[in-house]
Amino acid sequence: MHGKALPYLLLMPATLFLCIFFLYPFALVAFEAVTRDGAFTLDNFRTMAGSWKFPVTVRNTLLLAAIVVPIQLVMALLMASVVSRLETGRSAALYVFAIPLGISDLAAGLIWLAIFDQSGFLNTLLSSLGIVERPVMFLGYQSKLTIFIAVALAEIWRATAIMMVILVAGMGLIPKEYYEAAEVFGASPWQRFVRVTLPLLRPSLQTAIILRVILAFEVFAVVAALGGTNLPVLMGETYNWQFTLQDRNVAAASALLILAISIGFTLFFLRVLRVPKEARI
Amino acid sequence: MAEIAIKGVAKRFGDFTALHQVDLTIADQEFMVLLGASGCGKTTLLRIVAGLETPSQGEVWIGGRRVDHLPPRDRGIAMVFQNYAVFPHLTVFENIAFGLRMKKLPRQEIERRVNRTAELMHIEQLLKRYSGQLSGGQRQRVAVARALAMEPDVILMDEPLSNLDALLRLEMRAELKGVLAGSKTTTIYVTHDQVEAMSLADRIAVMHQGRIVQAASPVEVYRNPAARFVGSFIGNPPMNFLPATKAANGNWDVAGLALSGPKSDRQKVEFAIRPEDVDAGGEGLPATVRIIEPLGPHTLVTCDVEGALFRAVLESGAAIAVGDRLRLAPRSDRIRWFDPETTQAL
Repeated sequence: MHGKALPYLLLMPATLFLCIFFLYPFALVAFEAVTRDGAFTLDNFRTMAGSWKFPVTVRNTLLLAAIVVPIQLVMALLMASVVSRLETGRSAALYVFAIPLGISDLAAGLIWLAIFDQSGFLNTLLSSLGIVERPVMFLGYQSKLTIFIAVALAEIWRATAIMMVILVAGMGLIPKEYYEAAEVFGASPWQRFVRVTLPLLRPSLQTAIILRVILAFEVFAVVAALGGTNLPVLMGETYNWQFTLQDRNVAAASALLILAISIGFTLFFLRVLRVPKEARI
Repeated sequence: MAEIAIKGVAKRFGDFTALHQVDLTIADQEFMVLLGASGCGKTTLLRIVAGLETPSQGEVWIGGRRVDHLPPRDRGIAMVFQNYAVFPHLTVFENIAFGLRMKKLPRQEIERRVNRTAELMHIEQLLKRYSGQLSGGQRQRVAVARALAMEPDVILMDEPLSNLDALLRLEMRAELKGVLAGSKTTTIYVTHDQVEAMSLADRIAVMHQGRIVQAASPVEVYRNPAARFVGSFIGNPPMNFLPATKAANGNWDVAGLALSGPKSDRQKVEFAIRPEDVDAGGEGLPATVRIIEPLGPHTLVTCDVEGALFRAVLESGAAIAVGDRLRLAPRSDRIRWFDPETTQAL
């Protein structure tokens, strides 16, 4: 009873929970995606890909991820470097940076809507300064670029902190002696960052990037709040198929596509940022 | 030419003073060992010379140039760290080449220097490996090779052998001595191991509570300790100390034995002698044998002299038993005297 069996026994509740509330529904969704009226078919995927909105949603989603994630990565690295170097007030700074993490993505979208809206803060400010005569429609259907920028801003504001927190933890694991050795052997602060911090931070970078990329493909509420249907993204389309068009099979196919893309990128970053066993700290 | 001059260097961390006004000059190509117990300030002093720590006051000069305001890379130094600090993400080759690449040396020169120092440290077959695939001793060699490849004026070593096992430490010690003698650099070497200090140093600076108590050759430090601390810290077993009171004719009375000693106004001084500098028999200190430890070449005898602990190193053939009462005669030319208040030698 005790000894070897105990760890497995302790893992049982969590495993059961995962099986019932994750694996089972997942299997159902996967099944729905490849069947229609009980028969196996790939029609759901064809319907999804055949929609005129599909290429736009894929493009928007990928573009958002491609622009938002690198900006977040650079900012998170910068913020983490600053926070790691603080001697006092370090946790205070961490808390402040992490505040947006506590806000749901829909709420974050609404906050930025309150800024960019026709009667929002930005317009009030601009007209009170006399820069504009009448309120500007930042988020109208004709200004796709501004919508895109607003969504990117909201995403950056909302989710950079999660990367930063991971990177701060990673930087804390790098022994100080490596920096001192690099300094003695002639590396400037920038060279120390590029030649010591970045390579030794690879495991944390990997985690942060994978987590962030997966979240980027799931972007939904922020886009819905700021752009409505003017900036269709993959997750929004899945929602549409399920609730507006009432086609659960295509919605399931769409959800599976998002999963496939996420898995693909995860494998890619696991491979690219892999640290060989012998080269670990 | 790289003479190092440390002038009035002090270091305070908040209320704690790690170094008080340290002055030390190290000659070009000299091997200087900073020796002391942990917390005596020796590593702080080394890090100030390296530029990893800024002195609260004072100056550091290397090769006739004031360097205390310069970053480490502009000081012409290389360093070997206690935990080696061999970069885990670089191969041995790239570790040794690290400083050379920072200096932007031509590729052929880098290869030449890496290969030469790797050969010198006997690690040429490890150049493609990562630090995780090396033993502690091999990592140590990489750290030394990385420092030597810089062809620096000064090499700083912070307890480089303390993480090696005893046998390896002995082997590396001898090897380091040979390699560094051939490299024509000035060396500062920090250790708490007195045997290491004695065997490596041209000169030893003994440190205690943030001060240099004595800086002299190993034999001088051993034979003529400048302060009571040096005598008690260096030598295994350490020096014996006994109280001495003023007697007639300018002599001093040590446990009933009249010895000629220094002229002093004090009524009491301290008599000191190394355990190996006493002979059994004749006219000597009255000692009761407590413990006998035969060590092969000689026998360590722990005695009681008028209530004070007293160790003697005697010939291994001596027929002694616990409880014996001996007469231990100090060799007159080896007797040292200390002022009990200033603890300085008289």
